[in-house]
Amino acid sequence: MPDTPDKPSSRRAFLTAGAAAGGAMLTAGPARAGDPAITEMQPWRRNLGDPIDDALYGMPSPFEADVIRGRVEWLTPDAYTAINFTPLHELDGIITPNGLCFQRSHAGAAQVDPAKYRLMINGLVERPLVFTLQDLQRFPRENRTYFLECAANSGMEWRGVQMDGVQFTHGMIHNVEYTGVPLRSLLEEAGVKTAGKWLLAEGSDAAAMSRSIPLEKALDDCLVAFNMNGEALRPEQGYPVRLVVPGWEGNMWVKWLRRIEVGDKPWHHREETSKYSDLMADGRTRRFTWEMDAKSVITSPSPQAPVLHGKGPLVVSGLAWSGRGTIPQVDITLDGGINWVKARLSGPSFDKSLHRFYYEFDWDGRPLLLQSRAHDSTGYVQPTKEALRKLRGVNSNYHNNGIQTWHLQSDGRVENVEVS
Amino acid sequence: IAAVAEPLGLGRVAEPDEIAAWDIDVRPDGTGLPAGSGSVAMGEEVFVEKCAACHGDFAEGAGRWPALGGGLDTLQDERPTRTVGSFWPYLSTAYDFINRAMTVGYGEPASDDEIYAIIAYILYSNDLVDDDFVLSRENFTSIRLPNEGGFYMDDRIQTEHPLFTRPACMKNCKDDVQIIARVETAF
Repeated sequence: MPDTPDKPSSRRAFLTAGAAAGGAMLTAGPARAGDPAITEMQPWRRNLGDPIDDALYGMPSPFEADVIRGRVEWLTPDAYTAINFTPLHELDGIITPNGLCFQRSHAGAAQVDPAKYRLMINGLVERPLVFTLQDLQRFPRENRTYFLECAANSGMEWRGVQMDGVQFTHGMIHNVEYTGVPLRSLLEEAGVKTAGKWLLAEGSDAAAMSRSIPLEKALDDCLVAFNMNGEALRPEQGYPVRLVVPGWEGNMWVKWLRRIEVGDKPWHHREETSKYSDLMADGRTRRFTWEMDAKSVITSPSPQAPVLHGKGPLVVSGLAWSGRGTIPQVDITLDGGINWVKARLSGPSFDKSLHRFYYEFDWDGRPLLLQSRAHDSTGYVQPTKEALRKLRGVNSNYHNNGIQTWHLQSDGRVENVEVS
Repeated sequence: IAAVAEPLGLGRVAEPDEIAAWDIDVRPDGTGLPAGSGSVAMGEEVFVEKCAACHGDFAEGAGRWPALGGGLDTLQDERPTRTVGSFWPYLSTAYDFINRAMTVGYGEPASDDEIYAIIAYILYSNDLVDDDFVLSRENFTSIRLPNEGGFYMDDRIQTEHPLFTRPACMKNCKDDVQIIARVETAF
């Protein structure tokens, strides 16, 4: 085991590592002594490693100890009705590891006994039903990869720049392969009456989260999921069963799902009136703003992922997504939006899922204003924050999908900025 | 819309007492309200005991916890105050939410009468009823909140998408760019 993980990309190590970086490469001159990482035998070469029964549920390398969910204590009054943030600056590809998926709960993370788990379907149905977890696992299953984005993701940035890092400006999101049963299959089992137009989905935790969902969406692509990334849901993600509502705001993805009621009208509950409604500048409020519009962000470089290697080849990495389809194109600018080039998408392009993009270029060390701009499969192009504010004002709290700007400075540090 | 499929015969029929135990939701038309009633005076007592530590003696909010009263006519302000009185469209939401999430999870569940009383007190704290008011299932839907008409269905597809579904500029899109706000990095 290493003594002290000392990862050069951590913020603490930035100043010392940054100073050494520039001179380390391509130095001409007399022959130097060999690199001790090569010329000296390292302990992991000399000694046996850990036995295979040492960690029966494995954890990341201790050198990755900084790659954890982030908390901002002043955001919420307590740690139960609260949020934390996915460390997007440290991740790559499109799948979020289960232990790093951001958490949002309204009454803590419930620990539900799967033997006592029940799902009820009642209301305007031919047969009100109760399912056990085992019952649910006997229906035909589907595997789908979707992003879940909190409606409040980037909400702290409506009035200007505030958070110091992509984890905090954009980290209320995760992207997971779900295994579950189409909600449609369960509704068919109960038999929806013709008057049924809406569903109420309700959780079994102390908050008993409830949201109204139109029947069309429920019959289209909603899943009642019990696995994420191949294993059972994590408790903080709704173990043993959560609702998956592809493309729609995360609040509707009810965790610890206990009940689906079919009704003829929406319920207008607290999470769709007082919360998750969008106050406009004219004092009126949009309700039922379900879809998450096309959005993107550069995850590296970013304030928590400064450029430590000096000038030369630089990889820009980022994420793009849309609640209305796929992402066929992402544009990158280095000059704050004067000129744009197309980024390179790499990896799968699933509907309503994260997409990974890259842009590689030769950095000459000059300050840059980095932005990304997503296009989705409907033709929608991600707007600037200013364009959104013109339409909505600054008090709508939710659904901020405006373009993010990072200021890459000559010394490699990166700032969260807003540009004219 | 649904594909016609044969039921698999999974699950079992829910018993009436099971549905009664879990079907707690309340709608704006009053569907789901239980029998009961509570006065402003009773509500003040219950509120001080069960709610005021976080929401203040007069529902004005304590510390960082939400205010439930006040804020009328502030929704166009620079810093709006969104409360039951100033913002919420329906009183039914208060019954539903207090019952499902506030007195459960934060202490002893309140009785139906106590919840009516708490809501009567919140209405009073918003200057929407007098101090002798009694709220009950019978008069519940006669109470209309000031901002009921302030909500409208998501219209982004009509009002925003046409503006944002246009060919994107790629070259010489603006003359100049200046940094107008920044977060100092805290190394």
